[in-house]
Amino acid sequence: MKLNTSVNGTEVIIEMEGRLDTTTSPALETEINDKIAGITSLVLDMEQLDYLSSAGLRVILSAQKKMNRQGEMIVKNVNEVIMEVFEATGFSDILTIE
Amino acid sequence: MKEVTVDATLENVDVIQGFIEEELENAEASMKAIMTVSIAVEEIYVNIAHYAYTPEVGTATVRYELQEESGVKRAIIQFIDSGTPYNPLAKEDADTTLSADERSIGGLGILMVKKSMDHVMYEFKDGQNILTIEKEI
Repeated sequence: MKLNTSVNGTEVIIEMEGRLDTTTSPALETEINDKIAGITSLVLDMEQLDYLSSAGLRVILSAQKKMNRQGEMIVKNVNEVIMEVFEATGFSDILTIE
Repeated sequence: MKEVTVDATLENVDVIQGFIEEELENAEASMKAIMTVSIAVEEIYVNIAHYAYTPEVGTATVRYELQEESGVKRAIIQFIDSGTPYNPLAKEDADTTLSADERSIGGLGILMVKKSMDHVMYEFKDGQNILTIEKEI
């Protein structure tokens, strides 16, 4: 998985590419933890992400909980397979998906 | 039927997923079907790697079979380990209606497997956990 992060003031956008799975999700967790202090908006852009397992869901849920206390989190450009994962797990109800 | 046996460690998840994805590509499954099955494979294999033999290391065998009947292709995948008897299907499903703050992270993997596969079966036989998934591809 490749991560491309951009910071605009208190907004952080993380573009993900490839697979967010057991092997790669710790890298996303580290990236979010490094950037989350003081921000009010976190955007996860999944346009280039083609795979998501429960290891990735754990990181996303943890980020959502943190952002609930300090601003908002938006998940963007979700493909069909990943949308099915969000729907099967009820994540489609707790995430803001654009 | 083809099979691969590995030490049931987290590092070997790539070996197991690579094996199944290659077979599904050979069967000309759609990219969507490959991803959906591969997610299920990861969830089941990682459970075995985490819990079956802890703190020892044992082996896991993954079998793949393609069935084709009147133009419909089905992938049948079995996961076999000789670790602690454990039926992941017996566990109550994670509550998917709670808010983010009330959510815990357990049980999502097996829930995804149940929802995304056509059939999921567990049996304990001859000292082995055998979990079988089936999916039309």
